[in-house]
Amino acid sequence: MATTTTTVSSGGPVARSRSFLSRLREGDEIASMVTFLFAASVVLVTVLLVFELWQGSALARHKFGFNFFRTSVWDPIFEQFGALPFIYGTLVTATVSLLIAVPLGIGAAIFLAELAPARVSDTLEFFIDLLAAVPSVIYGVLGIFIVVPLMRQYIQPALKHSLGFLPLFQGPAYGVGFLTAGLVLAIMVIPYIISVSREVLLSVPRDQREAALSLGATRWESTWKVVVPFARAGIFGSIFLALARALGETMAVTMVIGNTPTISASLLSPGYSIAAVIANEFTEATGELHTQSLIELGLVLFILTFILNGLARLLIVATSQRGSGTGRA
Amino acid sequence: MSPRLRWRKFVSGFMLTMTGVCAFVAVSVLFVILGYLVYHGGTSISWNFFTKLPVPVGETGGGMANAILGSAKLLLLATLVGVPIGFLGAIYLAEFSGGATAFVVRYAADLLNGVPSIVIGIFAFALVVHPFKHFSTLAGGFALGLMMIPITLRSTEEFLRGVPNALREAAMALGASKWKTIATVIVPAAYRGILTAVLLAFARVAGETAPLLFTALGNQFWSPGWKQPTASLPVMIYTYALAPYEDWHRQAWAAGLVLLGLILIINIVARAILSRGIAVPRS
Repeated sequence: MATTTTTVSSGGPVARSRSFLSRLREGDEIASMVTFLFAASVVLVTVLLVFELWQGSALARHKFGFNFFRTSVWDPIFEQFGALPFIYGTLVTATVSLLIAVPLGIGAAIFLAELAPARVSDTLEFFIDLLAAVPSVIYGVLGIFIVVPLMRQYIQPALKHSLGFLPLFQGPAYGVGFLTAGLVLAIMVIPYIISVSREVLLSVPRDQREAALSLGATRWESTWKVVVPFARAGIFGSIFLALARALGETMAVTMVIGNTPTISASLLSPGYSIAAVIANEFTEATGELHTQSLIELGLVLFILTFILNGLARLLIVATSQRGSGTGRA
Repeated sequence: MSPRLRWRKFVSGFMLTMTGVCAFVAVSVLFVILGYLVYHGGTSISWNFFTKLPVPVGETGGGMANAILGSAKLLLLATLVGVPIGFLGAIYLAEFSGGATAFVVRYAADLLNGVPSIVIGIFAFALVVHPFKHFSTLAGGFALGLMMIPITLRSTEEFLRGVPNALREAAMALGASKWKTIATVIVPAAYRGILTAVLLAFARVAGETAPLLFTALGNQFWSPGWKQPTASLPVMIYTYALAPYEDWHRQAWAAGLVLLGLILIINIVARAILSRGIAVPRS
């Protein structure tokens, strides 16, 4: 085979020294073209997805404009669509879920990265990975059959009894509602926080820990005042990732949030979320405008998760590069 | 020991114990879920569950054979859509492309990976269901396939990149053309990793419900061919769990157990394949 020496790099194209024809005969050009087409189709699909969401919601966007986000009447019969209750529900449940998931997740990640011996840490991480693989509809089933009755009978009455003077915990205990949805969401996003935070904590250089310990810091002080701040950006990244998941989560939320478009200060009240309303109404949407309004909600969800995922990735990459050390004290 | 130091040591010990408690709570959730599913669903799993159609409300017995077959068909389609695009696209990224194109493709894949599954459902509806005016197995499989693409693509690329450059150089030094190098040296070297990636992507979409709600819809009967709405395990669990019938709840638990069992087994197998691999790094 008449080839001159070529420089090979893992990514870059083979040196152009050979003629196009000879490369074609060897099949390299064809292979390159074919794989390129498949790679390009990924871009095409993504662009098409954005286009469909934009195009599919044109009518609703023009008709309601910004009022779509400000009004709270959702009436398919009179074709009035305001998405405020859904946006409110999505944000409230996501906030509740983060309030629960962040301390728990970061605590567990610290344990896995700093304290547990490598073998234990890897085993637990294996279980965490399995937990992340549990489908959301399963969380939904456990939510309605286990968590909702528990909330209705024990937790919500207890909350009303002890913290009932706050507007957050007033009104009847239905079981379903913002608090329950937030709790189920928290359980769902904890594995993401743990996995990513553990990774970034492990990438903190060992010197950092040793320096702190040698200055007389206790184990916790070295962890909390040195290692965690070092990995702060990455941990925030994991939280954004979890938030993006929580916002877009559909099935489990639909099953436990109560599906009532209300805006209420009380976390015990039933509510609705963007993803849930799409899931419930999309197939039964009566008019064109109804469908389009639902697609616009999908667009909102898409944009929110797009921004959060982008931010998360930036933060995680930045931290991993900053600390390239293999850190296990 | 000064009181101050004693206090600091106490705080240290206490907080570190708390992190252990956090880890314990997080991991125990998995066993709580499994426990409840086995407890409530275990008794309803019988031969009938796998072989019989669902029965009308009021009759006892019946199974979810149509949903199991429907899920299998949907996942077959999803694999046919997701794996070739993900796999060949990854070969392009890892072996052929230069900087800018690769960046765009990677960016698009990450974007697609982050799209909420319900939005994928809307997209598949607009692209497949709406033009054909029919909910169908095809549309459902397409939606799930879309979700498989980015997962397969990104992890396959990682594993291809993990193959040492010396292997590439050795093959080319022997006169192999680039695609021959890829087909006979690089892909075989990374096959464990690639297989793992595909299995994980498969397990991930196996439990997806939201994209199926308005693509495959659902069906109480067998779904002949590919152009009819079809039942699937996840959607069946959803409808049965929300229905007000005791008997359906039992079926939902059983279906949940079957689905989760399947997903966990695939996950464990995938990781086992990888951990016995040689020249493949952990991603």
